[in-house]
Amino acid sequence: MVKEIYLDHSATTYLDPRVKKEMDKYFCEEYGNPGSFNTIGLRAKEAVDDARETIANILRATKPEEIIFTSGGTESINLAIKGVMRANKEKGKHIITTTIEHHAVLDTCEYLERHEGYEITYLEVDRYGLIDPKDVEKAIRKDTVLISIMYANNEIGTIQPVAEIGAIARKHKVLFHTDACQAGGSEELDVNKLNVDLLTINGSKLYGPKGVGILYIKRGIKILPIIHGGGQERGLRSGTENVPGIVGFAKALELTQKEKVKENKRLIGLRDKMIKDLTEKIPKTFLNGHPTKRLPNNVNVTILDIEGEAIMLYMNQYGICASSGSACTSKTLDASHVITAIGLPYEAAHGSIRFSLGKQTTEKDIAEVIKVLPDIVKHLRSISPVNLDLKEVLDQVKK
Amino acid sequence: MTNEKNYADVKTNKGKDWFYTDIVKEHFFNPKNLFKTKEEADNYDADGMGMVGSPACGDMMKLWIKVDSKTEQIKECKWQTFGCASAIASTSMLSVMVTENGGMKVDDAMSIKPQDIVKRLHDLPPRKFHCSVLGDKALREAINNFFEKSGQKDRVIRQGAKVIDKILNITDKDIEEAVLEGATNFESLQKKTKIGVQDKSCIPEAEQLLRFYREKYFGAD
Repeated sequence: MVKEIYLDHSATTYLDPRVKKEMDKYFCEEYGNPGSFNTIGLRAKEAVDDARETIANILRATKPEEIIFTSGGTESINLAIKGVMRANKEKGKHIITTTIEHHAVLDTCEYLERHEGYEITYLEVDRYGLIDPKDVEKAIRKDTVLISIMYANNEIGTIQPVAEIGAIARKHKVLFHTDACQAGGSEELDVNKLNVDLLTINGSKLYGPKGVGILYIKRGIKILPIIHGGGQERGLRSGTENVPGIVGFAKALELTQKEKVKENKRLIGLRDKMIKDLTEKIPKTFLNGHPTKRLPNNVNVTILDIEGEAIMLYMNQYGICASSGSACTSKTLDASHVITAIGLPYEAAHGSIRFSLGKQTTEKDIAEVIKVLPDIVKHLRSISPVNLDLKEVLDQVKK
Repeated sequence: MTNEKNYADVKTNKGKDWFYTDIVKEHFFNPKNLFKTKEEADNYDADGMGMVGSPACGDMMKLWIKVDSKTEQIKECKWQTFGCASAIASTSMLSVMVTENGGMKVDDAMSIKPQDIVKRLHDLPPRKFHCSVLGDKALREAINNFFEKSGQKDRVIRQGAKVIDKILNITDKDIEEAVLEGATNFESLQKKTKIGVQDKSCIPEAEQLLRFYREKYFGAD
């Protein structure tokens, strides 16, 4: 068996053993229902309350109650968008978002447009995947209720000027939600500095458990639940709390935020070395996303003349686990909406590969990729009938 | 060129965590009937050549055949594929199917269906089916090309044309016609056909086809 080199941390992370240790007792020993008025239940409630407080402190929320626990990023996003739009109908039916959001945002917006008569403006990004805050301001209308723009992109790692966008939203009294699923482990999360009204984070991308996420909802914001029942989470998210998950989420967020300065520095070193080596050692290869305004762990390159899934599967044979924006790995068989949004021509859009680094990634792992990938590319190019011109392709990319 | 080498030991993962069947895996990692060198590819004296797809749509195949003029059996079948694992494996399998047991007769090869290839691959995920559809189309193109080159134009069988510009309903055959009528670049192609005026997404594929037909009828630029 080949040694596995995991470079898909943006898909999900392993659980930090310290997080697991924290969660352990909430499975068999402290199994209570936080809603029960007995000692076992009350101890579980205390654990949930403590977790909420820890998270509220990290986010510099005014009150712990501003944190709502959900089943993950997708649910938080659905609650933020549907909940806010449905509760603020008298103000209007307009949402502003971007073309490069995660499908949790895009498909939720499309659903509201199709079935509930909302109007969506999709802002375009530049060649690095950046939103221009001026475009946000221009798109605001009298009936705009919500702006939802991701903190950092899951495919190309570009980090948006969230605080600036938030300031514009505030100036125009429009609510602002940011999907911070990819940013939770490495970026600033102070909601006051970010000027956000709603913020989504998910546990499984920051060495926490899967199946748990949070939505920060600033006090006083009108929002309706999307899940109804026992009235947990201030009535905004019914269903018995996932106590071990919640405890684990808080611990994971605490640890990653505490260790981020040192770890970011380490990852940026590995990231930039990898980008340099890949683009130097493999002809006709270039970086997607912004060179510096990018997640410390994200490397996304396009390799011309060959197809992403094929590259990925060959690498997998060497134990290297990465992911691809190729049509074959998407549900629609279209090239990645993010890669096409940054202006890559279709013929080049199928060869993008994402490596997302993490805690256990070492220099040796990166060296192994650099060792095997050039030969894989050479082999696949030798059986490919395509021979694009790098300069012509780059000329077609958005200016 | 690496086709001599077993690119990866296909047994290392015990086939467990593999998305495709073992036979797909074998053809993906150790594709059959490749050119041995770039020189061989550049100087290959084929009796027929066919091409289908484009890099813009994510899959593209080029296929060359050599045919025994007496028996009409396909003696050699070389190919190049841009695409995912199932695209590569299905073209490789097709090249084996038409050359095994002394070679398939061109008339029989003409009627190979995507389902036949998929069957030999012990199945493909349903969503990947469209990839293997392309191999048989490239093969029919190659056989038609063989008929044309050997003075048997009456035997050419044209399948339904493929719509390229979805708004104006312009097909690959329309592009071929335009090239024969003198379209030399995209501008002149667009003048003749109005292709890509509204359906911008078809432009890369149209350009690819333009290059293909230019090369086919007038040689490389």
